[in-house]
Amino acid sequence: MSGVRVLVGTHKGAFVLTSDGARKKWDVSGPHFAGWEIYHLKGSPVDPDRIYASQCSGWFGQLIQRSNDGGKTWEPVGKEFTYDGATGTHQWYDGTQHPWEFKRVWHLEPSLTDPDTVYAGVEDAAIFRTTDGAQSWQELSGLRCHESGPRWAPGAGGMGAHTILLDRSHPDRIFVAISAAGVFRTDDAGKTWRPVTKGLRSLYIPDPAAEVGHCVHRIAMHQSRPDTLFMQKHWDVMRTDDGGENWREVSGNLPTDFGFVIDVHAHEPETIYVVPIKSDSEHFPPDGKLQVFRSRTGGDEWEPLTKGLPQADCYVNILRDAMAVDSLDSCGVYFGTTGGQVYASADSGDTWSPIVRDLPAVLSVEVQTLA
Amino acid sequence: MIRVALPAHLRTLAHVGSEVELNVPAPVTVASALEALESRYPVLRGTIRDHGTLKRRAFLRYFADGQDLSLDPPDTPLPDAVANGKEPFLVIGSIAGG
Repeated sequence: MSGVRVLVGTHKGAFVLTSDGARKKWDVSGPHFAGWEIYHLKGSPVDPDRIYASQCSGWFGQLIQRSNDGGKTWEPVGKEFTYDGATGTHQWYDGTQHPWEFKRVWHLEPSLTDPDTVYAGVEDAAIFRTTDGAQSWQELSGLRCHESGPRWAPGAGGMGAHTILLDRSHPDRIFVAISAAGVFRTDDAGKTWRPVTKGLRSLYIPDPAAEVGHCVHRIAMHQSRPDTLFMQKHWDVMRTDDGGENWREVSGNLPTDFGFVIDVHAHEPETIYVVPIKSDSEHFPPDGKLQVFRSRTGGDEWEPLTKGLPQADCYVNILRDAMAVDSLDSCGVYFGTTGGQVYASADSGDTWSPIVRDLPAVLSVEVQTLA
Repeated sequence: MIRVALPAHLRTLAHVGSEVELNVPAPVTVASALEALESRYPVLRGTIRDHGTLKRRAFLRYFADGQDLSLDPPDTPLPDAVANGKEPFLVIGSIAGG
């Protein structure tokens, strides 16, 4: 019987939530790595029992954990992330140049074809790859060494490479999104990269249409349409239909176009989800009402989804990696909050319920659809 | 033989109890004690000292027989009481709320 496994990274550990295809009754296991920040966990698309987790701590630094049994047991694997060659510098808060310094792994993206190959997006922004099941990591330094690198500057949340999108139809193409630099694309498996930001406008940088400097919060793709990407930017919801060459705004009738998450329905490539957040100075839902907004038209026209979500006194945030979808026939949508709730909808967002509600602040949510 | 006491999270990570006993050839220094610790428990590499630079991680301190050796050079000899196992070498995590 089909089932679902939800991988939840929190401020104080990892949790694995499992259910059958009905998605009504959930088993919660964890905390795994109790007390540690788990920025992200993700399973291999070709071997769902192979799961990788980013475990970190301000005291003890970075670890990577690997499970070969669907999250029941874990083993620490390679954790050395050394920038390739000359470290170089980027712009610091005071305008001076500052050396790149590895801080943590924000995001792990397993290969679409090989369970031993994983990409890691890290802070300070760079991308690493392992091809030996995370025993060792090598930087794809063409990204960090892009000629615009010295102009990249961290926002208040750090300069992290937080989204990695792989393209099944173009195996050598990868998109990476970086706060607060923008979106970059490689078409040669990571050797060379270029910004793909045309059409983005950000009023918080001196040149609103600059090539780099945009605080992209999240990008999402449906594998059936790899040239179409959706973006939740610091402000603005955007889309591109030509692999990032040109972006246009699709915020439409959203009550606010600030937010962090964005995702695409598993079976409807023009159905997308965001969770509007009041503003960049008030990181909670407008009016204390937690609402997911869905567009069935690829943006511009949005409808609020509220059934089962708190509509009063709700002041949580939903962080950039904390939304995911399953691929059961009736697509499930999931998101986690900084208040420790994980909400799920088994009907494409029409109705919601919390599947667990008192976890530590949720940093990431990933979903595995199990055969 | 020296004794090393680790913070709780590192004890969990290395699957050890409140203290670890290590044979460290003389002269016993901060660096040689940590090298012996990391050799015995490779999972601890990078958790106390940064990879590559071997610099002490900012939120950890080294205490030995009533002395704070955190800011001393890595080749600082440990006090006799620690080098002969009478007192433990303490790796301490900064206290924090939240």
